Amino acid sequence: MPDKKASRPGGVREPGPLILVVDDFEDNREMYTQFLRFSGYRVAEAVDGVDAIAKAAALRPDLIVMDLSLPRMDGWEATRRLKKDPQTSHIPVVALTGHALAGHEEGARNAGCDSFVTKPCIPADLEAEVRRILAEKAGVRGGR
Amino acid sequence: MSSPAATARSAVGQAEARLGLAEFLLSCDDLQECARRSLEWLTEYAGARAAGCLLVDGEHGRLHLIASTGVGMPRDFWADLEDRTHPLVAAALGTAVVTFNDRRGDRRPSPLGRLPIVAQPMYARVGRESVPAGLLVVSPPSANPRLLSWVAGIVAPPIVRLSRSRLLTESDRRMRRERTLLDAVPDPILLTDPEGRVLIANSRAKALLVGAEGESEGRRRAVALNNMLFSSALAQSAMQEVGRRELLLVDPVEGSDLLFELLSTVAPDTREGTSLVSILRNISDLRRASEEIEENYRRLRIAEADVRAERDRLDLIIDSVADPILVTDAAGALVMMNTPAQRLFSVGPGSPPEHAVRVQANDAHFSAFVSNLLFAPEGERRRGEIGLVDPETGQSLPVEAVSGKIYSEHGEVTAIVTVLHDRTEEIERAHLYEELKKASALLEERVRQATSELVGQNELLRRQRIELEQASAAKSQFLANMSHEFRTPLNAILGYTSLLLQGVSGPMSAPQERNLGRVDSNARHLLAIINDILDISRIEAGKMPLHLSTFPLPALVQEVVAELEPLIERSKLSVRVDVGRKSPSLASDRAKVKQIVLNLVTNAIKFTPSGSVIVSARYDTDRKEVTIAVRDTGIGIKPEDQERVFEDFRQADNSPAREYGGAGLGLAICRRLAQMLEGRVELQSAVGQGSTFTLTLPVRLRRR
Repeated sequence: MPDKKASRPGGVREPGPLILVVDDFEDNREMYTQFLRFSGYRVAEAVDGVDAIAKAAALRPDLIVMDLSLPRMDGWEATRRLKKDPQTSHIPVVALTGHALAGHEEGARNAGCDSFVTKPCIPADLEAEVRRILAEKAGVRGGR
Repeated sequence: MSSPAATARSAVGQAEARLGLAEFLLSCDDLQECARRSLEWLTEYAGARAAGCLLVDGEHGRLHLIASTGVGMPRDFWADLEDRTHPLVAAALGTAVVTFNDRRGDRRPSPLGRLPIVAQPMYARVGRESVPAGLLVVSPPSANPRLLSWVAGIVAPPIVRLSRSRLLTESDRRMRRERTLLDAVPDPILLTDPEGRVLIANSRAKALLVGAEGESEGRRRAVALNNMLFSSALAQSAMQEVGRRELLLVDPVEGSDLLFELLSTVAPDTREGTSLVSILRNISDLRRASEEIEENYRRLRIAEADVRAERDRLDLIIDSVADPILVTDAAGALVMMNTPAQRLFSVGPGSPPEHAVRVQANDAHFSAFVSNLLFAPEGERRRGEIGLVDPETGQSLPVEAVSGKIYSEHGEVTAIVTVLHDRTEEIERAHLYEELKKASALLEERVRQATSELVGQNELLRRQRIELEQASAAKSQFLANMSHEFRTPLNAILGYTSLLLQGVSGPMSAPQERNLGRVDSNARHLLAIINDILDISRIEAGKMPLHLSTFPLPALVQEVVAELEPLIERSKLSVRVDVGRKSPSLASDRAKVKQIVLNLVTNAIKFTPSGSVIVSARYDTDRKEVTIAVRDTGIGIKPEDQERVFEDFRQADNSPAREYGGAGLGLAICRRLAQMLEGRVELQSAVGQGSTFTLTLPVRLRRR
């Protein structure tokens, strides 16, 4: 949905791509949502893995920002399910984690994440990564 | 009564009668029987009606009647031969036949009263002499004088013989008794005349002084010598009145010397003349005895000396024995003790009274011990302990006593020998041994305790190690969790700050924006600290894996400088890179090498107020090492601080008011990362001269 502030950095024209932000920590979720909307995206929110799968299936977002540490169902498991589901498998997932420990990134990629961003990650950096992945996807698509 | 026929007949009868008488007298050995038979014959054949036979007894000096028939003489008639006036004596000593009171001629009165008698003297030959033997008296005087004379002649010899033999027998018996007496005396006894001739000698004297026929020459000489010696001694003793002198004679049989004491006494004898009685008392035995006594005494002395020497030696030996030795007699009285024993059982002069008391106590103990053995019928020895006391010190002195009985030849107990053995040392040793054992046991116990403590401590340490490991793991986990927990709010802080700074929430005034910038920079610093802590935790927890790849070094250095561009711009420093393009690619963990270099350059910029920072790289082909040096012209580091800067949470200036921010973990992380990459970080610096940090890495890190 085109925003009044669609001309802001990121410069996405309406209707902007739909981004599903999955994070159990409301402050972070709200922060990314604010900035992504500020940057012209449409944003949906989910609070855990189960919620994320449901929203993804229902809304078919263009991209999912997935925090890996989630209640009920963690980000890896949710990503694995999404990627297994042909309805959602095409949706790129940008993994977001505060765990910089080894294995997280690899685990995330094995689960099917398309990108991996370590917290802390300022909203602008996340929006840059989201844009890069969408462009990549569009390029691949466009290439076809 | 004598007719021719009768005469003829009597002539024949006479001859036979004479032969019969003669034969009888030859075989008769009884004086009176001879006399009586002769008188009977005279009565029968010579016409005698009465007759008597008298004997001349020279021994007694008497003429006495032997036998008679009808003459009326008393049976024990005798006349002194000295009395020559006595008609019968005169007749007997005369040679002629004397007729008494014969009516026909001689009218000499008959010594036998009125009875006319004829006296026929009898003579007998003694040697060559014809000595008066007796007298035959016959009545009537008319009796045949021829037959009377014949009877006198035939009866005289047996009468003399028999009378003498009778006398001899008597005197002989006496003599023999005397001789036996004399001979029984072991000492020689002699009777000598004044000239020294031996009259009587007893057997012992004879053996010495009277030679016997058929003796050996040696014996004769010995006897001769003895006689000479005896005579000379006798002569000398005669001069001395009563002689008492020693006389040395020779034993003719043995040849040995015999010493006598000569006792001579003059024995006056009116008939025989003075003679000398000598008694020789054999004193050779006495001398020998005395010599023997002397010899024995001498031997005794020698033996005594020997015994004394032996005893001295024994004493010396006994005294040299360190153990007390005591000898008691059968009554239990102390006989002897050696010096060590004296110390215990005798009181020296001038000793204090308590010594005597202790010695008495010792004595009592000892006596009790010994009497136990003494009055035990069985048992040769006894062994036991006696609690004695040292008389001088009063210290208790336990001894082991061994007592043994000593027997005489007759099997009686003569002595008891007791040896005491001081057991103090032994007991002391035993005590020490006990102590030692206790100490050893104590030690063992302590060792055991220590060991168990050690085991316990080891166990504790093991547990502690496990706990530490768990704690370390927990710490690492905690730190990892915490860093996540830190990052989440920090993410919000940084995110919202950036939202505000980017004007997402509307425009801000300049002071707002400046202050918010400070929030942002402090939040970023906090983030850097958290990242450093996380790195250290990961390295320590071994959760920092190596990701090996091959990459060129210059690009890496350029990347670092590019990342630090904002910082460099702010610092106004000249930052140069001097890395040869031809340097080889590194095979290592790119991210870690970059982190190290980044850290070093950041530090250099941070601690250099002005001047330059030069990053250079060199390749050592020999050692196959690459060195990346970061040289600054900064404040430098004091030598004593140059090692400390590599320690965790350290800065050279550790004061709270330190000028430069940072957790102080950068160099510690660098050094650890370099070690992971088998390299090292070194520092050369001088205060005010700047510092040079050098990272040396192997060109090819082998995968482990």
